[in-house]
Amino acid sequence: MKRSSTGPAARGALKGASSRHFRKWKERGLFSLLNGAALFSVFITLAIVWVLGAETLNFFAQDEVTVGEFFGTTQWNPLLGAEKHFGIWSLVCGTFLVAGVALLVAVPLGLITAVYLSEYAHPRVRAILKPALEILAGIPTVVYGFFALTLLTPALKTLSEDFGSFNALAAGIAVGILILPIITSLSEDALKAVPQSLRDSALGLGATRFDTSFKVVFPAAMSGITSAVLLASARAIGETMIVALAAGSTPKVTADVRDEIQTMTGFMVQMALGDVSNYGVEYYSMYAVAAMLFVITLGFTLVGAYMRRRFREVYD
Amino acid sequence: MKHAPKPALLADSAVIAKRTRSLAARHRKDIFFRNVCRTVASSSALVLVLLLTAILTQGLGSLNFQFLSGPPDPDPAIAGLWPAMMGSVWLVVLTLVIALPLGVAAAIILEEFQPRRVYLRRIHSFVQLNITNLAGVPSVVFGILGLTVFVSMFGIFGNGQEAGMEVGVTYFDQFYNEGDFILEVPVADQAQPVAEPVEGMTVFSYEGTAMALHLLGDDEEWPADPALAKRSLRTWDAPGRIQENSWWYFRLPFGRGVLAGALTLMLVVLPIIIIASQEALRAVPSSLRQAALGLGATPLQTVRQITLPAAVPGILTGAIIAMSRAIGEAAPLLMIAGIVFITHAPGNMMDDFTAMPLQIFNWAGRPQKEFHDLAASGIIVLLTALLIFNTVAVVLRQKLQKPLS
Repeated sequence: MKRSSTGPAARGALKGASSRHFRKWKERGLFSLLNGAALFSVFITLAIVWVLGAETLNFFAQDEVTVGEFFGTTQWNPLLGAEKHFGIWSLVCGTFLVAGVALLVAVPLGLITAVYLSEYAHPRVRAILKPALEILAGIPTVVYGFFALTLLTPALKTLSEDFGSFNALAAGIAVGILILPIITSLSEDALKAVPQSLRDSALGLGATRFDTSFKVVFPAAMSGITSAVLLASARAIGETMIVALAAGSTPKVTADVRDEIQTMTGFMVQMALGDVSNYGVEYYSMYAVAAMLFVITLGFTLVGAYMRRRFREVYD
Repeated sequence: MKHAPKPALLADSAVIAKRTRSLAARHRKDIFFRNVCRTVASSSALVLVLLLTAILTQGLGSLNFQFLSGPPDPDPAIAGLWPAMMGSVWLVVLTLVIALPLGVAAAIILEEFQPRRVYLRRIHSFVQLNITNLAGVPSVVFGILGLTVFVSMFGIFGNGQEAGMEVGVTYFDQFYNEGDFILEVPVADQAQPVAEPVEGMTVFSYEGTAMALHLLGDDEEWPADPALAKRSLRTWDAPGRIQENSWWYFRLPFGRGVLAGALTLMLVVLPIIIIASQEALRAVPSSLRQAALGLGATPLQTVRQITLPAAVPGILTGAIIAMSRAIGEAAPLLMIAGIVFITHAPGNMMDDFTAMPLQIFNWAGRPQKEFHDLAASGIIVLLTALLIFNTVAVVLRQKLQKPLS
């Protein structure tokens, strides 16, 4: 970079130097364009923080709501005329209920599949199973929503009369199927990163494959697996279309998976579908919920990324 | 507890041997787990099969030419997917055109120009971390961002519903006379009140020919001559203002149009493209770079002529993954466009739109079974598009990939 600041005298002295000079400037221009593209991603994050922050402040500046009510109460019905209540916890509870069901489905299944793929499976089985999981990962979420609403819910209803037409369990299972490939492929990467020498030593000492997998390889890959679960949780918390279709729109604090609930994302979709004007407390409440969602998922992703980096350093 | 627990090591050695060292027991456990694995793995394949059969059986019945070429309709028997399909095509193409150059450029700077100075390295790793985080942001949050930034542009250009600034549009005041003819008066300034009919003023027929207006009073007979009837109006006839957009119509703020949707999807897929392109660039052997640099190429020449061409298969694969994501993404579009009843394909970048996932969401959310069948048919079309994308990706990768080292 510094060499390009050759003075005019030197430039005149060298024949052909001016074209080289031109090339330097062209490279500089291109270089700053490339830098601009990279900084654009930072700009997106700043825009998210700014937009969500400013509109959330607008929300708390309204007369109908206080910070204490938002974080301190559990009733959420912003569209109810004079009886508006803004207690975020019912939406947070619904979100975590669905994400919890999803993790209960996806973590055991995903980890077993990952161990199987990495430690047990014959290459031919891998050749079938991996693409199947990739297809599952590529299916649009609205399809899973349709699946939950028209297949899972009727199936659950035949099991028990108590299930509503919208319920947290069907949505949670569908979200679980959605995040299963994420958990499987990220954990498999983590398991694969454990050096072969560790496995060989365990097997050489007379351990079975099961003992090797669960007493040697699995603990060695633990941070990578934790990171996989955290990233998948962030995905489950932010999942929108499945819960919008199958979980319902009644915010409440409950642990009963047969109930209709509403998640943070579900509320945002409800607002987007309704005819709400571009101002007013209910419109701004959408931004406050989005800010809450952003903070929660960001927390999960950051911790997940941190764990992942730690696990990367172990065997490099 | 009265009895002190036995030290573990001195515990009944026979029991311990039985429990932990019996080879047969450990092998049984191993085999049991292997069977568990097989069950679990085949169950996830089974879920896929179940999902696909359910959708195929439900959707194939209503998947016909009418469905593929017609507009949506309140009557499920004749409803179609055409506007949504065209909307998705517009969105995916626009998204890719915007996101691919941006994403590849960012990947090049992050992967090929890693800085050496300490503070620049900090910025570099911050940008990298930031991209990882963006990949984890729920797409619905990008939708909210797009709603504020692209649709209404912070309200800088007025209330966000109407265009504050526009090009490529003509306004008409349109009369509809008793003889079922349309008469149009061009509007020079949109702020003017709608035109009032005056005897002899210039009006245009629907086909665009200029005519002198023939004005009739209340009690006058409607002319029998069709040529005269074509340019006749009653004194009390009032026009409606309509607008005609050319294909390059552009407005600020973008409103709930295709461009706003595509820009929002660009935010969603940008991290995917950056990460995939970075991996593709990383896979290029450094011997190629060193050879180019050794022959006197500048770093940027090396990238443009050596590294980037070698990474094209990987970048294309990333682009196709991004396209698959963009075509199936519904949540951000829902924030941008909502569910609107649209019967035509978008005609310009600012046109209202619907997309396949939105239409599927709309149909799936209705109580009637007929609409669920339509949703299943829509899903078949969507999954077919995804299948085509992925096949193209596999074929391209095999065609373009050549050994690099």
